[in-house]
Amino acid sequence: MTTFLELLATGVSLGSVYALIALGFVIIYKSTEVVNFAHASLLLAGGYFAVLSREHIGFWPALLVGVAGAAALGMLLEFLVIRRYRGRDHSVLAIVTIGIDIVLITEFARRIGPKIFSYGDPWGSAMVSLGPISVPQTRIAAFVTAAALITLFLVAFRYTTWGVAMRAAAENRETAALMGVRLGWVSASAWGVAGALAAVAALFLSVFPTTGLDRDTGLIALKAFPAAIIGGLDSTTGALVGGLTVGVTQALATGYQSELSFLGNGIGELAPYLVMVLVLLIRPAGLFGTRELSRV
Amino acid sequence: MSDLLTKVREGLRPPAAAGSGAGSGRWLVPVVWLAIGLALLAFPFYLETFWLRTGLLAMAAAIGAIGLNMLSGSTGQLSLGHAFFLAMGAYGYCVLAGDPDGPATGLGLPPLLAVVLAVLLTGVAGGLFSPIAGRLRGAYLGIATLALIFIGQHVLFNAHDLTGGFNGRVVPRLEVFGFVFDAERIVVAGVPFQAMEKLWYVGLVLLLGCVLFARGVLRGRPGRAMNAIRDHQIAAGVMGVPVARYRGMVFVISSMYAGLAGVLLALVFERTVPTYFSIVLSLEYLAMIVIGGLGSVGGAVLGATFVSMTPLILTRYSEALPLVTAPGTGGGFAPGEVSRFLYGGAVVAAVLFLPGGLARLPAAWRARQRARRPAGEAGPDTQRNEEVPR
Repeated sequence: MTTFLELLATGVSLGSVYALIALGFVIIYKSTEVVNFAHASLLLAGGYFAVLSREHIGFWPALLVGVAGAAALGMLLEFLVIRRYRGRDHSVLAIVTIGIDIVLITEFARRIGPKIFSYGDPWGSAMVSLGPISVPQTRIAAFVTAAALITLFLVAFRYTTWGVAMRAAAENRETAALMGVRLGWVSASAWGVAGALAAVAALFLSVFPTTGLDRDTGLIALKAFPAAIIGGLDSTTGALVGGLTVGVTQALATGYQSELSFLGNGIGELAPYLVMVLVLLIRPAGLFGTRELSRV
Repeated sequence: MSDLLTKVREGLRPPAAAGSGAGSGRWLVPVVWLAIGLALLAFPFYLETFWLRTGLLAMAAAIGAIGLNMLSGSTGQLSLGHAFFLAMGAYGYCVLAGDPDGPATGLGLPPLLAVVLAVLLTGVAGGLFSPIAGRLRGAYLGIATLALIFIGQHVLFNAHDLTGGFNGRVVPRLEVFGFVFDAERIVVAGVPFQAMEKLWYVGLVLLLGCVLFARGVLRGRPGRAMNAIRDHQIAAGVMGVPVARYRGMVFVISSMYAGLAGVLLALVFERTVPTYFSIVLSLEYLAMIVIGGLGSVGGAVLGATFVSMTPLILTRYSEALPLVTAPGTGGGFAPGEVSRFLYGGAVVAAVLFLPGGLARLPAAWRARQRARRPAGEAGPDTQRNEEVPR
């Protein structure tokens, strides 16, 4: 039972980090209809900027640098590439983000090389005891931060002018533009927010019990894709539920690997994708995604 | 709707032949094709093994890219799972034709039969995924097919009996009606023929067959239906195209193309290893079709040639090139990195500046020539790709 609770706690914490990434993914999809495969490179960029500046300015300012850097990179991509595309087919834009991702990941991986960077975070490898179970402090910090950021985002999405503009643009781009919503700003800010969230996620994916940021950290963003799909690509609530589902599934499958040994090694990595396939078989639009209804 | 109508109108026009624009250059086109054909047939007599191997890998990639282009370019369905089907073809052939007494499972079937069965097997795997492939649209499907990659990698690393695990397994030689494609030297017209020289002609035949089949599908009724689904799925459905069935069917065809490409890759590599069939391979295939031109068979071949040959050529000439260093030596840029920069950048540039990819270059050039002439007749080439509100 203790093992189960510990795994559950790990899963929820991991899931909240995935939810951060998936949320950025969903925001970009809602505001620009682009499925952003370059998310992995935004995450790696945020992590790289942070660990690089940490040696000079310390942990907290470095984290800010990482967040700002990834946000700026996201906005830059939107401005330089996404905005220039004149066609109508958004799955072509998805392939463009793949092109961007190939270039950026190659460059960051080349710069990082075989090294593993440590964040030098204040939590270290300390553990916290919660009743019968003990959890690393970093996991608690990840959960609290992610929960706070997600709440902040959802509140902003609901009540601020920016959030209203965002939702209006997602609802109907032309009408929103006619009402005075600046579509360019909406989509640039969506990319910025997504980059910032990915940078925060990069931090919690590289601290204890992981050894640090290496060239493959970006690949973890691939797990946020099933999270976004399970919840439904156009639903912010879905991103949360999807993230938690993926996190808990992965933690449980990894934790009980010895019981699942007939499925082979590393089933924990695979489990989220199997869950995604199952969900898609039953609900093609994801759990919370809007079913597509069209009027001709 | 209006874009669909232009498509239909374009469809009613006879398919624009390569030289339809300029009357004077019409004789040039068959001559060029003939020259290319003869050169391809003559290559094994003149080129060294490195170039034949590179060319064969490009042919295999071209077959896979044609299949992916039918799915992504013509039907608008994104797939990141292409590497899974390539692996399925490669390993399927190894298992079916493998030595029954070897270290890994082998059924010892005749190699030719094994090739056919491996391709069919990939088709069945694609068909099993069709409940998802038929219902999801565009990029949504792209993410769903990520699952295939991870399932594939998991199986490749864990099913030791079938796949040989991390170290992979040796590929059995191809044998067609008693003729063995092995390294034994036979002399043809004074040139020693070894495995690559012999396989070259297999590759050519397979590629030609795949090109012709794909053109037949795309220019006929199914092709029109696929384009209609891509451009407006609801309108396509209203006009009587069974959208889900078509999507599922194209997914199956595309997986079978990937299966055949996988078999050819395996034959050229002579050993299949699981790390090759990772997500990077899927991304490379997507890059190929975008650079070459979405929806065009010739474009897929061009793009495949560019993407698959660049890293090999860069590696070979890494010493002669500035900034490029041999892999693993540090400093500078490794050839693999340079080629990823090149094709990643080419994908972005192609979509932004040359929609239609390399395959569209001649048409774009002709349109420019025509625009220079006064009172030039505006053909489909000069049509602007304007944003039409739905």
